[in-house]
Amino acid sequence: MSGWIQGKMQLSGRGVICVRGGREVFSGLDFEAGSGEAVAVVGRNGSGKTSLLRMIAGLLIPAGGTIALDEGDAELTLPEQCHYLGHRDALKPALSVAENLSFWADFLGGERSDAAESLATVGLAHATHLPAAFLSAGQRRRLSLARLLTVRRPVWLLDEPTNALDVAGQDMFGGLMRDHLGRGGLIVAATHAPLGIDSRELRIGGVG
Amino acid sequence: MTALAALIRRDMRIALRVGGGALIGVLFFLTVVVLMPFAVGPDLALLSRLGPAILWLGALLASLLTLDRLFMADHEDGSLDLITMSRTPLELACAAKALAHWLAAGLPLIVATPVLGLLLNLDMVATGAVALTLLAGTPALTFTGMIGAALAVTLHRGGLLMAVLVLPLSIPVLIFGVAASQAVIVGPMNFGAPFSILCALSLVSLVVGPFAAAASLRQGLD
Repeated sequence: MSGWIQGKMQLSGRGVICVRGGREVFSGLDFEAGSGEAVAVVGRNGSGKTSLLRMIAGLLIPAGGTIALDEGDAELTLPEQCHYLGHRDALKPALSVAENLSFWADFLGGERSDAAESLATVGLAHATHLPAAFLSAGQRRRLSLARLLTVRRPVWLLDEPTNALDVAGQDMFGGLMRDHLGRGGLIVAATHAPLGIDSRELRIGGVG
Repeated sequence: MTALAALIRRDMRIALRVGGGALIGVLFFLTVVVLMPFAVGPDLALLSRLGPAILWLGALLASLLTLDRLFMADHEDGSLDLITMSRTPLELACAAKALAHWLAAGLPLIVATPVLGLLLNLDMVATGAVALTLLAGTPALTFTGMIGAALAVTLHRGGLLMAVLVLPLSIPVLIFGVAASQAVIVGPMNFGAPFSILCALSLVSLVVGPFAAAASLRQGLD
C-alpha cells in the first residue's frame, strides 16, 4: 500500500462537552485513539454516541473542549480525513449502484481504489446497474461500505455499522475493519452489538 | 473541478430521470400559460400586452416550485453531511448545485417560451425579447431561491416558509424582466436600461447566493 497513512496518527479529545437542545448530554470527555486502533463507543440510548461521532466529523460543534488529529495530513482538516457512516446512507434511489458509488468517489476525491473491485468485495458485483431504489437495507449498507473502500481516508467514524448486515456481511465487514487497522487507519464506532474485532471500550453517559 | 463536475452531473441526472424535478417545472409553466388565454378571453391585443408578464410569472412560479427540494433531499438522505465534510468548499458545492438546478429546470422554461409565445399572440421579436430576458433573469431566481432552500433545511420548515422568504428577493427580477420585455413590444422606454439592471441582479445573486446559502447550512449543522 502507498503512503496514505502517515505512520502514527493520534486522534484525541480533551474535555469535550456536548449540549443538545439546551441539555448537557455529556461533559469532560477525554478519549484517544492511535493508528491501528479501534475504539468502540458504548452507552445507553441518548447518551451521545452519535453526537460524539458527528463532533469528530465536524458536523456538530462541541460546546467545549477540543478534538484534534495529530500527525495526520497537515494540509487537510480533520473532517476531510474522516469517513462518516451514519444512519442515513447518502444514496440516491434514482441512480444505479455504480453511479452512486462513482459520484462519491469523484466528489470526495483524494486517493482511491477501483470502484468495481470494492463492489465485488462487499458482494454487490451482480447489482451494479440496478437502481439503488431496489436495494434491501442490508445491500444499501454494503454499498455504503464500498464508499469507505473506494475513497481512502485514514479515520473511519461508524455509527451502528453492523445494522441490517447479515452474518456473512458482518464477517466480511470485520475483515474490512481489520485490513483498515492493519494499514494504520483508525476506527471510532458507536455500537450496541459486538464489533467483531479487538477494540478499546469508551463508555459515555455513565453506566447504562 | 472533478468534484464539482460530478456534483452537477449527479444533480442533473436525478432531475432528468423519471420522477425528477425538471419535468414538473416545465409542465407547471405550460399549464399556467396555456390556461391564461382561456381565462382572459379572446382579446388578442390584451393578450399580447399581458404576454410578457404572464410568461414571467409562469417562469417564476415554476422555478419556485422545484427549488425547495434543492437541499432538502440531500439533507434527508445524509448526502449533505458528506458534502459538508468534503474537501470542496461548501460555497462552491452550493453554486454547483444551483447551476445544475438551473440547467435542468430553468433552461427548459426558456426553450419552451417560443412555443408558448404563439398562444399569447406574441410576434417573433417579442418572443425573442422575453426569452432573452428569461435567460438573463432566471439565474437570479435560482441563486436567490437557493438561500431560501438552505434556510428551509436549517429551520426544519418546508416549502411555505421558503416561498415567503424568497418572494421579496424575486420581485426586482420580475419588475425589470417584464419592463425590458415591454420596452421591446410597446416602447417607449429603451431595452438597454432595464436589461442591464436584470443582468446586474443575476450577477449579484451569483456571488451572494452561494455564500449566503453555505453560511446558512453551516449555521444549521446538527
